[in-house]
Amino acid sequence: MILNPKPSTYEPPPLIEPGHTFGSITDKISAVVLSGRQPLAWVIVVSISFMLVGMLGIAITWLLIKGTGIWGINIPVGWGFAIINFVWWIGIGHAGTLISAILLLLKQGWRTSINRFAEGMTIFAVMCAGIFPLIHTGRPWLAAYWLFPYPNSMLIWPQFRSPLIWDVFAVSTYFTVSMMFWYVGLIPDLATLRDKPKRLWVKRAYGMLSLGWRGSARHWQRYEHIYLLMAGLSTPLVLSVHTVVSFDFAIGIIPGWHATIFPPYFVAGAIYAGFAMVLTLAIPLRKIYGLEDFITMRHLENMGKVTLLTGLIVAYGYTSEAFFGWYSANRYEGFMILNRMFGPYWFIYWALIFCNIITPQWLWFKRVRTSTVGLFLVAMVVNVGMWLERFVIVITSLHRDFLPSSWGMYYPTKWDWMTFIGTIGLFIFLFFLFVRFLPMISIFEMRTMAPKGTPTEAEGH
Amino acid sequence: MAGSGARPPEIYGLMAEFETPTALVAAARQTYAEGYRKIDTFSPFPVEEAWEAIGHHDSRLSLIVLVGGLTGLVTGYGLQYWVHVFAYPTNVAGKPLNSWPQFIPVTFELTILFAALSAVLAMIVLNGLPMPYHPVFNVKRFTEHASRDGFFLLVEAADPKFDKQHTMDFLKGLNASEVSEVEP
Repeated sequence: MILNPKPSTYEPPPLIEPGHTFGSITDKISAVVLSGRQPLAWVIVVSISFMLVGMLGIAITWLLIKGTGIWGINIPVGWGFAIINFVWWIGIGHAGTLISAILLLLKQGWRTSINRFAEGMTIFAVMCAGIFPLIHTGRPWLAAYWLFPYPNSMLIWPQFRSPLIWDVFAVSTYFTVSMMFWYVGLIPDLATLRDKPKRLWVKRAYGMLSLGWRGSARHWQRYEHIYLLMAGLSTPLVLSVHTVVSFDFAIGIIPGWHATIFPPYFVAGAIYAGFAMVLTLAIPLRKIYGLEDFITMRHLENMGKVTLLTGLIVAYGYTSEAFFGWYSANRYEGFMILNRMFGPYWFIYWALIFCNIITPQWLWFKRVRTSTVGLFLVAMVVNVGMWLERFVIVITSLHRDFLPSSWGMYYPTKWDWMTFIGTIGLFIFLFFLFVRFLPMISIFEMRTMAPKGTPTEAEGH
Repeated sequence: MAGSGARPPEIYGLMAEFETPTALVAAARQTYAEGYRKIDTFSPFPVEEAWEAIGHHDSRLSLIVLVGGLTGLVTGYGLQYWVHVFAYPTNVAGKPLNSWPQFIPVTFELTILFAALSAVLAMIVLNGLPMPYHPVFNVKRFTEHASRDGFFLLVEAADPKFDKQHTMDFLKGLNASEVSEVEP
């Protein structure tokens, strides 16, 4: 008896279910936008998230009236939810750029199904992040001359030696470049949306946005050229953004912040949090809109693998921090790490270890990586864990500093929670508006995945 | 538009439709070999061989992006140098006024920002966008299929070799599924 031999080379599962043509891909993805009908889940999510946006509006209005006294911050913890949430949101954004730029340069074909909505996620996450530096003083109208170098009547200029100013430039550049990258990627798809509908005003609206794109080979050449250059520019940019965010801490002399591990550990943490958020969004989306043909199990499994890898780097970061506490032989560093583990916030530290180090170990198992429920649960736990990480870094480092006489505790108020949950609402609201009005998967790039998508294969190119 | 004489041209050009990108690329190569130069292809996704076939490669983009990036670099460093050495000198922890290592992050970010801006603007401007009206949209099949699943080859009437009947016969001989006239 001859056993069926295994094929000698590994054939990865397809990136798109068989049977699709250029036309069917176009119709299926654009139908979400153009059919005009949205599933009930969309209506429910948008309604709830819009209420949360209203809550955010109330929280910010009250902040502008009363000032930061409504928050839980005080001496010694002067940095509370505002910086925690800022870092958390910025980190979530990073996965979008990683998928759209770095995986493009690495020629990872599987990015195609997920890059559009991951980039959208980046933009909305950076918007949510940007709210916090703007409002964190409670007096945002003064931020103009604190943050931006412009000639003003007081003849004063920002302090460029401060990492907080680096942050302004890093985040605003990141937002601008991400928006451009997203828009450039959308232009050919906007042309598709222009050509399909019957209603004139819909045609006009998408026609304006598509700039009159007509798919000329001359245009495609320039388009592909700059798309690649943009990917090359975005790659160091995204790494620099979280590096600069980590400098906000690492340039300071506070034990628990002043560590050389911070830039790589923050970047890995950002990608970790971001991939968890992409999974959190992708799993319900493909279910609601029936996009399992395009966002296949292989995509989800790959994202699970990236989450596991970056999770291990983050675990290395936590271990290094603990090691520094001992090896530095510095009593303040040593105290800081013991205070984190066994001080008044011990439960948050151990919850963090559970969420960020223990939980992702489930992803070693293929059965978990190929189960949508399993992946979704792990991703949700990681989302929480990465928020706890920022809480631990910010609060436990500040609340007990060098002098026991100035120790204190930090408790967030309801206004802190309303602002934070409000930004989650804003993020979901913007994301679902995007799903309604723009194609959530790049149509023109998906066409290249269809059979016949490689024109000169037969000619041995 | 197309013609150089006083009379307005009758048509903008002729457009042939193909069913696959492979057929489009083959036809474009033959059209180019036949001596036509004012030709263009249209596809719903980038086909690298198509722009090679019509002899198009714009290499200015890399240079534009490089110049943009260098402008950002000089702007970024220059701004910080001017602020901290001339406009508003402050002594921070005894560091020199021109404390260059601390000026790197902003310089880097502005380099990327200017390079990315110039890349996108160069693509849009060199492509002649935004252009809401273009004669090719007068072809009904084009508006229905060019951004979906159709592959088109255009020969402009402005091409010196263009002769309506002769070119039409030539395009039909390339196994085009349809050849239509493009209104100006």
